[in-house]
Amino acid sequence: MHCGLCLPTCPTYDATKLERNSPRGRIALMRAIADDRLEPTRAFADEMYFCLGCLACMTACPAGVNYAELFEHARAEAEASGVLDSPKRSLLRNFTLRWLFMDLNRLQGVGLALRLYQRLGLQSFVRRSGVLKLLPRRLRELEAMMPSVQSHFSADLIEPVTPASGKRRFRVALLTGCAQDLIFSGVNRDTVEVLARNGCEVVTPPEQSCCGSLHAHNGEWELAQQLARKQIDQFPPDEYDAIVTNAAGCGSHLKHYAKLLHDDPVYHRRAELWDAKVRDIHEWLTHIGLEPPASNRLPVQRVTYHEACHLCHGQKITAQPRQILRAIPNLKLVELPESTWCCGSAGIYNLIQPEMAAELLDRKLEHIRSTGAEVVATGNPGCLLQIINGAKRQGMALRVVHPITLLAEAYRQEGSV
Amino acid sequence: MQFSTEILEQLQLAVGRENVLTAKEDLISYSFDGTAAMQQMPGCVVFARATEEVAAILKLAHQTRTAVVTRGSGTGLSGGSLPSPQCVVLCTVKMNRILELDRANLTMWVEPGVTTLQVADAASAAGLFYPPDPGSMRISTIGGNVAENSGGLRGLKYGITRNYVMGLEVVLPNGEIMRTGNKCVKDVAGYSLKDLFIGSEGTLGVMTKVLLRLIPKPQAKKTMVATFAQMDHAAEAVSAIIAAQIIPCTLEFLDRMTIHCVEDYAKIGLPLDCEALLLMETDGHPAAVAEEAAQMERICREQGCLEVRVAKDDAEATKLASARRTAFSALARVAPTTILEDATVPRSELAKMIRFVAAVARKYQLKIGTFGHMGDGNLHPTFLTDERNKDEMHRVEEAFKEIFDEAIRLGGTITGEHGVGLAKKSILPKFAGDAQMRVMRELRRVLDPNGILNPGKMFD
Ligand SMILES: Cc1cc2nc3c(=O)[nH]c(=O)nc-3n(C[C@H](O)[C@H](O)[C@H](O)COP(=O)(O)OP(=O)(O)OC[C@H]3O[C@@H](n4cnc5c(N)ncnc54)[C@H](O)[C@@H]3O)c2cc1C
Ligand code: SF4
Repeated sequence: MHCGLCLPTCPTYDATKLERNSPRGRIALMRAIADDRLEPTRAFADEMYFCLGCLACMTACPAGVNYAELFEHARAEAEASGVLDSPKRSLLRNFTLRWLFMDLNRLQGVGLALRLYQRLGLQSFVRRSGVLKLLPRRLRELEAMMPSVQSHFSADLIEPVTPASGKRRFRVALLTGCAQDLIFSGVNRDTVEVLARNGCEVVTPPEQSCCGSLHAHNGEWELAQQLARKQIDQFPPDEYDAIVTNAAGCGSHLKHYAKLLHDDPVYHRRAELWDAKVRDIHEWLTHIGLEPPASNRLPVQRVTYHEACHLCHGQKITAQPRQILRAIPNLKLVELPESTWCCGSAGIYNLIQPEMAAELLDRKLEHIRSTGAEVVATGNPGCLLQIINGAKRQGMALRVVHPITLLAEAYRQEGSV
Repeated sequence: MQFSTEILEQLQLAVGRENVLTAKEDLISYSFDGTAAMQQMPGCVVFARATEEVAAILKLAHQTRTAVVTRGSGTGLSGGSLPSPQCVVLCTVKMNRILELDRANLTMWVEPGVTTLQVADAASAAGLFYPPDPGSMRISTIGGNVAENSGGLRGLKYGITRNYVMGLEVVLPNGEIMRTGNKCVKDVAGYSLKDLFIGSEGTLGVMTKVLLRLIPKPQAKKTMVATFAQMDHAAEAVSAIIAAQIIPCTLEFLDRMTIHCVEDYAKIGLPLDCEALLLMETDGHPAAVAEEAAQMERICREQGCLEVRVAKDDAEATKLASARRTAFSALARVAPTTILEDATVPRSELAKMIRFVAAVARKYQLKIGTFGHMGDGNLHPTFLTDERNKDEMHRVEEAFKEIFDEAIRLGGTITGEHGVGLAKKSILPKFAGDAQMRVMRELRRVLDPNGILNPGKMFD
């Protein structure tokens, strides 16, 4: 089937109007390779990395084409063919995918270094000194995009086990993630509080590993499999009512371990159970029946909601986050035009395709501005970071938060009424 | 074979380097349209952004006898924009501006690469209405719609694309620019050449601007779904509605297979326990809408329908129509290759045709899903098959032959809206007859003496 119904929902096709930058075109290229009509060329590989992986095409496709799977395979194929290899790229990939994101301690180590760079005044010193001007433009931009590392990682903020407040109804595990842990550890603390407030005992071991989505999206299957096994070992799915994640990008990968470990005789069955237990935080809270915060003295806030691709397209979760936001007293939810259009963050896309990412970010900010909202809520660390950076660059007074943070704030106010 | 470098250079000169694609990865991406099981690599792909560029391209092609295949969004279902070997694919999607909306005359000038949805939205924003709404409207281009004379879900009451085209700017195969038609309601100065280009499937010229007619937005509408235990009951209900002199805007049909596929995708709670479903919509003055809706409901009940459900609001009505538009693509959930037909019969013959299609599918042991614009007598029997299965593909062909013969016997046509292209080329002569074929050939030769536009399509 090549009906083309996915074309108008594809951000890259929308930008270039070139068929090869569309899902239909990319699938045709993948098929040409499968049929031996095309080699995995450099242009093919580039195309696979020009794709945002936002999965909007999967929402649009009536035929049920599983683009996510095709796309991950295609990237793996591109990597295996070696057409993209260059010493610089290999170094970077080895450093990030094979070393940094394979072990949380390393990640936290780098996080600590960054934290020092930022906290000791080095960053502002460096920025003021003008040294940056000596760097190539791209590096300068990257420096500017560098997120502020939180002064505490999740483990400093959260006990390994947090009891349910009131009667215990469920026992859940919370995956603290890697980016979330480093840059938005506050969201993890908020998530634990909200879960506990809703009758969940929350298990949050301090030492967790990356879920492997970064690896799978970047053509590193084996590493992704290793990490999946590690997760399943750390959180045996039969011991929990749910395995909760608050990062959309992780969630949409975490729910497919069974596919990833399909050929693994030992883990496959457990992976199926695992998949059934993984829940995005919004999904889980509305499923168990969220207790709305009592009306409180929070100031009235006008909030709009940006849908992370891997929540709305990857996991088809659209109503639940809105339901949660509407449950918050004094919060007025205004719909965001094109709320499901990618903001350009897309994992590490903004690092490798800065122009396209910036175009998408501008479009997103324009729509946010049109709503008149002073707060934008979104359920994925990548989107949070992207929009925070964009708002900063444009000098926009905008608070960018995870919906769960808003909910946690409302609960905290309850006591003080 | 390599595409001529001289011609490439000239093309680059005409439209700029960045608008000429020759990489294999690009050629593959343009080697098909929406039609199943057809593929052909072009020589190059060119994007035009203005009439003058189109004129320059065609002039060059005319002089060098280079084949040109015009392409909108490539959603066509008869192979119309499938490349011919070593051709230039002339893609119009970068000519996508709405040029003028004239509220005084209720018209809109657009470039050919504007999507049908953009036109509908722009009209709606001005409080007006552009009715033609093919299933592909989110992405199909107006140029493609005019070239195929596309229908939609509202054909019964509002007609098809032809009824909304008031004028055209066309580049003729020799590069000459011609305007035909205008904003006048009446115009009998000479032959109505614009009508010749509507439905010409990219064989007579390239449309570079289209003047569309808009109408006032209906004040009210009501949407309903009726379900039936037998397919021909639904067909009889449609005939009865029309015999009662009710012309609703939409009377769409889905059979069991299609209902299940659509529901599987759209998850909007379609009733699954029935053999056929009619999606019905009436619009217009609120009082008339209420009365027509009540009458249609009564007729459906008289024809023994299982259930009638009325959409509670606009949002639900839109959901139903959107779901219906996905029918063809949704059928691909069942099989890798979906080959659909477009047989159309006078409405009084619908029940007969439906029974015949079912019998043919049984005879050739083929899996089939049928849906269509029932109110227009236009059915889309879709065989669900696998192009790698040669034996089954052969049976599909045989089955189609029988369906065409029966459609013609019942006074119908071999294609109601998807066009001849390559898919129906072999049966057109039988249907059209010698005189029509001769006139069509001569007309085409006069306009395109060198045979550069969409060669091999429709007829040789
Ligand atoms: C899911 C789906 C649903 C559909 N539903 C319907 C439906 O309900 N009703 C219906 O009628 N059709 C339907 N179609 C068929 C198709 O969408 C229409 O034929 C549509 O008009 C094609 O538009 P396009 O822009 O994709 O044109 P293309 O497929 O690119 O081209 C179609 C033909 O038009 C010619 N052409 C394109 N632009 C120009 C131009 N500017 N000047 C001259 N010739 C030109 C091409 O050469 C070709 O012959 C459907 C298709 C799909 C995939
Ligand atoms: S991916 Fe789906 S929507 Fe896109 S062309 Fe293929 S079948 Fe159609």
